[in-house]
Amino acid sequence: MDKRLFVIARDDWSLHRKGEIDQERHKRKVKEAIRENLADLVSEESIIMPQGDKVIKVPIRSLDEPKFRYNTQDKPQVGQGQGGTQVGDIIGKAGDGEAAGPGKGREAGDQPGADYYEAELTIDELAELVFEDLKLPKLKPKAAPDLTVEDVRFEDVRKQGMISNVDKKRTLFEAIKRQALSGGLSGAAAWSESESDYGDAGGGTAGEVPSSGTSDLAGTAAQLGLTLGLHSAGGTSYIPDSGAGVPVLGPIIGDDLRFKTWEDIRKPQSSAVVLAMMDTSGSMGSFEKYVARSFFFWMVRFLRTKYENVQIRFLSHCTEAKEVDEDSFFRKGESGGTKCSSVYELAHAILDADYPPGQYNAYAFHFSDGDNLDSDNPATMKLAGDLLEKVNMLGYGEIRQHIYGSKRLWESLAGLNSPAFVQAILKEKEDVFKTLKAFFGDEVAAS
Amino acid sequence: MIDQEAEQLEQAAGRLTELALEHGLDFFPMRYQVCPAEVLYSIGAYGMPTRFAHWSFGKAYQRMKTEYDHGLSKIYELVINSDPCYAFLLDSNTLLQNKLIVAHVLGHSDFFKNNAMFAGTDRQMVERMAVFADRIERFSHEYGSDEVENFLDAGIAIQEHVDPFVRFGRSEGFREADGGVKDVIGYIAGHSRYLEEWQREILYMLRAEMLYFWPQMETKIMNEGWASYWHLKLVRELDLSDSEIVEFAKMNAGVIQPSPGRINPYYLGLMMLRHIEKKEGLKALFEIRETESDVSFIRNYLTKELAEEMDLFVFKQEEKVYKVTAKDVAEIKDNLIRSRTNGGFPYLTVKDDDLHGRGELLLNNRYEGLELDRKYVERTLPLVHRLWGRSVHLRTIVDGREKTYMYDGKQLAG
Repeated sequence: MDKRLFVIARDDWSLHRKGEIDQERHKRKVKEAIRENLADLVSEESIIMPQGDKVIKVPIRSLDEPKFRYNTQDKPQVGQGQGGTQVGDIIGKAGDGEAAGPGKGREAGDQPGADYYEAELTIDELAELVFEDLKLPKLKPKAAPDLTVEDVRFEDVRKQGMISNVDKKRTLFEAIKRQALSGGLSGAAAWSESESDYGDAGGGTAGEVPSSGTSDLAGTAAQLGLTLGLHSAGGTSYIPDSGAGVPVLGPIIGDDLRFKTWEDIRKPQSSAVVLAMMDTSGSMGSFEKYVARSFFFWMVRFLRTKYENVQIRFLSHCTEAKEVDEDSFFRKGESGGTKCSSVYELAHAILDADYPPGQYNAYAFHFSDGDNLDSDNPATMKLAGDLLEKVNMLGYGEIRQHIYGSKRLWESLAGLNSPAFVQAILKEKEDVFKTLKAFFGDEVAAS
Repeated sequence: MIDQEAEQLEQAAGRLTELALEHGLDFFPMRYQVCPAEVLYSIGAYGMPTRFAHWSFGKAYQRMKTEYDHGLSKIYELVINSDPCYAFLLDSNTLLQNKLIVAHVLGHSDFFKNNAMFAGTDRQMVERMAVFADRIERFSHEYGSDEVENFLDAGIAIQEHVDPFVRFGRSEGFREADGGVKDVIGYIAGHSRYLEEWQREILYMLRAEMLYFWPQMETKIMNEGWASYWHLKLVRELDLSDSEIVEFAKMNAGVIQPSPGRINPYYLGLMMLRHIEKKEGLKALFEIRETESDVSFIRNYLTKELAEEMDLFVFKQEEKVYKVTAKDVAEIKDNLIRSRTNGGFPYLTVKDDDLHGRGELLLNNRYEGLELDRKYVERTLPLVHRLWGRSVHLRTIVDGREKTYMYDGKQLAG
């Protein structure tokens, strides 16, 4: 053994990646845990900001490694001051469950740290999880010239092409067919034949198919992963052992090769318009506005992430409705009374003017606290009923923090007996996620 | 690192090694490894250059690395209890920082070699853990990595419940007054009727690793105090330039400064050792480093005078604030000792492995003034069930009364 008292070494550590690998595993677990907490996260106040790269912190309880440990929350611990500390001194504020001040010990078992793990992720990452199962329900294919997606599909087979796109099955099939037609297999003969044939084909497709000599051809066969029949090892000779009496495949020649080719296709995508309609009247308190905006925030994000060119129109209303730009929609509040019929009237006007039903899938989502002028309820119901003729789906979300609020709008709308009408009550912030699922989830989509 | 600096480090390490020998330090041959931050932090997270893969290490690595990247904290060095003794230096350290670190780890190496708690540790653990890592990787290929990870989750949940006495060759471990077995993980590995061979092997590996790390947990204050004592002494005997002296003072302050509110083991250990040195001389320090653990060190040597000088106090959470409740040295000692006893983990023993004649497991928590955190019991007991395969019971004290939690594979009762 090396008995020197000390050695200083500078090894190459560039392959030491263990930490990174387990970090990835941990990240995957974090993602799973976040998925379980989506309802809480979606209504997180700090998220409703239109900045995709903003990093949010997500507390996850389950990623703390479980073990038996003391509950030291209100138990005495030892601390150290700068001098002159007296009994009765206050040395720090206790956080709400969070490790605060003195509790922030990091040594195992010394003091309790935070009892949850805090994951960091960007809003885009979170959105990806939220949107996983969401889609526009009842989407029908409708033709609108500007809404096309480019797609690529392999659906043609040709005799020329890049060797990486070779169609193994068809090439084999051609080889077998050719040999069967030529009346049996004679190794040596087939081989010499192949040479000349190959030469011809090679000339025609220079640059793409290997164009010289038999060894290249054999190489091609090797690329095809041929294992049919008996052939000597090494992959350069495909002369069958005729004495074996087993049917075998002779050489593949240039003419047998078949290539998959793709075509650019432009298929009509289902085009859609979504009307975001929000009550901004005085009765909508900060909670109601917050919940409605949360919903629309995620809805807008979701539509833009998942669908190209879906149009979103923003309508806000108190006693009168008007179309606003996105920014005002999310930021500005109004005051005054409520006439919900106004926004439905505006919805009709917009759809009639800009979106012929044959060409667009239309959706409307209305959020209100339900505190509508009583005399306006019949009109609202009538207009909403008519709107159902024009839209694939109408979603109505009522934000009702207190059960004793007015339910008359809700009740009148409930009379709309149509599968295209979906209602949801939101009582707390966590219901935003539930409503997103109700409006864009699988159940609706399937019905 | 430029060649010139490498040479200077070589010289300084040589000089510090001589000084350490002159002062009577007795250490393992030192193997310093200069490495980049990612490597240092990964060794820090795993506790070893090569250890089995688990997401919890990835989590620790991510946290340490992020704090380093943001300049929140920095590890200068890592030292491993092994013969030869491996010490890892960050490649961005300055020469002066490396001098301090070399002196510091010489102290650690001496402590590893001479402190009684470490006498039973396997000095070839670097290689053994690499073998464990290989085994576990092979299990992952054979039984699936999710399967192995789930099992590791459960094993890790009880890995602290070993019996440190077995490291001195007493295979039955400590004879518990209540007749229980302290070596919970070993007992389950040997007696669960449910485990497969590879699973038992994993439990035994976790146990071996924990027994190896255990002395480090029970001597944190002494070990860091001792290393700090020596880096101060040895570096001061080097010929330092003026600017180096300033840099040294700064770095030393960063390491041993008392952080507001909490106990810094470097500082507490150093202060206590110096205090003892003043009264009893350097020879007494060498004896203490040989025989004591943190618990006995505090019990025997933390005086009223010291507690006052360091401004130690007892505090607790009242309402929404942390309030100082006592300055009395006895109370300070009691609380410190309690937090260091059994590595700070609740004391569990296996009391019965055939409870109700149905092969159910009964664990007993010896109550020592602190109750268990129920939230953690709820999440940990199901993992013990995963290992035992039948109902598991945990007897403890809640609100002053005996209580038994039970998990039967479906739900938690109690």
